[in-house]
Amino acid sequence: MNQPQAFTYTPPRDDVHTEPGAIRFVIVALAVLFLLIFVVLPLVVVFASAFSKGVMAYVAALGEPEALSAIRLTLLVAAISVSLNLVSGVIAAWAIAKFDFAGKTFLITLIDLPFSVSPVISGLVFVLLFGAQGFFGPWLQAHDIRILFALPGIALATIFVTFPFVARALIPLMQEQGTQEEEAAISLGASGLQTFFRVTLPNIKWGLLYGVLLCNARAMGEFGAVSVVSGHIRGETNTMPLLVEILYNEYQFVASFAIASLLAMLALITLVAKTVLERRLDEGQVVSDD
Amino acid sequence: MIRPVLAAAAGLLFAGSAYAADVSLLNVSYDPTRELYADFNKAFAAAYQKETGKTVEIKQSHGGSGSQARAVIDGLQADVVTLALAYDIDAVAAKGLTDTGWQKRLPLNASPYTSTIVFLVRKGNPKGIKDWDDLTKKGVEVITPNPKTSGGARWNYLAAWGYAEKKFGSAEKAKQFVGELYKHVPVLDTGARGSTVTFVERGVGDVLLAWENEAFLAQREFGKDKFEIVAPPLSILAEPPVAIVDKVADKKGTRAVAEAYLKYWYTREGQEIAARNSYRPRDSEIAKEYEKSFAKVELFTIDDVFGGWTKAQKEHFAEGGIFDQIYKN
Repeated sequence: MNQPQAFTYTPPRDDVHTEPGAIRFVIVALAVLFLLIFVVLPLVVVFASAFSKGVMAYVAALGEPEALSAIRLTLLVAAISVSLNLVSGVIAAWAIAKFDFAGKTFLITLIDLPFSVSPVISGLVFVLLFGAQGFFGPWLQAHDIRILFALPGIALATIFVTFPFVARALIPLMQEQGTQEEEAAISLGASGLQTFFRVTLPNIKWGLLYGVLLCNARAMGEFGAVSVVSGHIRGETNTMPLLVEILYNEYQFVASFAIASLLAMLALITLVAKTVLERRLDEGQVVSDD
Repeated sequence: MIRPVLAAAAGLLFAGSAYAADVSLLNVSYDPTRELYADFNKAFAAAYQKETGKTVEIKQSHGGSGSQARAVIDGLQADVVTLALAYDIDAVAAKGLTDTGWQKRLPLNASPYTSTIVFLVRKGNPKGIKDWDDLTKKGVEVITPNPKTSGGARWNYLAAWGYAEKKFGSAEKAKQFVGELYKHVPVLDTGARGSTVTFVERGVGDVLLAWENEAFLAQREFGKDKFEIVAPPLSILAEPPVAIVDKVADKKGTRAVAEAYLKYWYTREGQEIAARNSYRPRDSEIAKEYEKSFAKVELFTIDDVFGGWTKAQKEHFAEGGIFDQIYKN
């Protein structure tokens, strides 16, 4: 912008490289090798171990009551935490991106907090709050409400750990889009809710899906925080990641890796969906840039 | 995205809630008893139904003994606790969850089955390990979990100490021996099962200090051609105790079932299940029947050598205790 008019700015071109071909090859080969060892190999091992005693053993392992219960619990917890985080994430991102208020930076920091806290600590926080010796413990016990070592505790810990995903996916997107379209809608007589559902939501739908996807993947895969609040009751409070460890420790390797393979498949689906969504997001931005 | 997930979850949920027992108990136990209680629960449920006509479902939770006690203190609704050592149930009792005299409420220190600490070595016993003092030989790597977190590890530690005190004649020498022993430990896992996995699957170390039942289980799972059990001539009598958690059982109204459950351990059937799972039974008849399954080991108790768990815990495993002193050096 401040450059003299005589110079025309040329953007850097993708196909110009300063490195000789050999070095480029080595770098790419290293990256591929790294990926093979640290990503592909473990995945192959998971599936190979899961099917090491044949398809029947694999199916039987997944049909065990404990496995079914873990799958059920994991899906339920993911459904609860994703839907709650969807609503609260949109609200938080909307407030931050579209309005100015005191303490905004503080709110952003708070949203990021679960990312910077170790999952074990996230779990322990709920033990300290809702445990029998904890802050609300005596009251909860007097009213016979069970939070810790039951579904509510597991859901709470998961919600806490996965909270940032939706908000984090939306904030930059919504900030970039600005408030012009909303202002236009309101000046044309739309109500607040109409504006949200007809203008804001369509604009952020791909970003929202992206956040939900990551949130869901983490909610199903969370180990540390859930392990602390679960109580490990067989067939009741064990999620899939917890069951993987338990079965492994019981020398039931096929069953352990069968559950692990389900989680790995979830990761693969997430990866594909993420790639598709990222493409959509990029396209969306190109359109709005023009 | 959300709707199919919810629908699937709901479908699975309804599919799962078809069966419900008349009574349900939660048994919070320690790590190596998974197989034992899977067996015992099935037998008890059958016996209970035959006697009372009621169905009972026993849910299990397993983990490190200390952390399981902690979970019960934090509100895990255990009707009964079946832990690795009396000290952990004392901790539950200290919070008022059960009577402090719990260990006198059932026969034999409320420990219906016992075990001891043995050595699991690799096939052919290449390092020639026969007794405790072989563990401190040059080049021998010993696998044992961390006594701070694992009940089994504390029994291991105390067994080594008891041996040394008897052999060398003084607590000072015992401290030296145990200190030397822990210099041979390359990795301290947090729990007994973790150590077994380290030794058996990752192939680390020359000898695993293990619960006798845990050593037998590893041998069963991986084959006698891979591991051998070496029983030292002298070891400790490990008494894993059981107790009803009064507060929970009374609130849930399950005391009668919980009592029947623990008392079932003292029947012939219960004792036989213990023996089948490589726990040393208390009943002399069953013990005789299974005599060949267990090596002859001279056993000392924690009360004899250490004056009980409370004292042993304070002297050896508390913050700044003897274990802290020897492990730092």
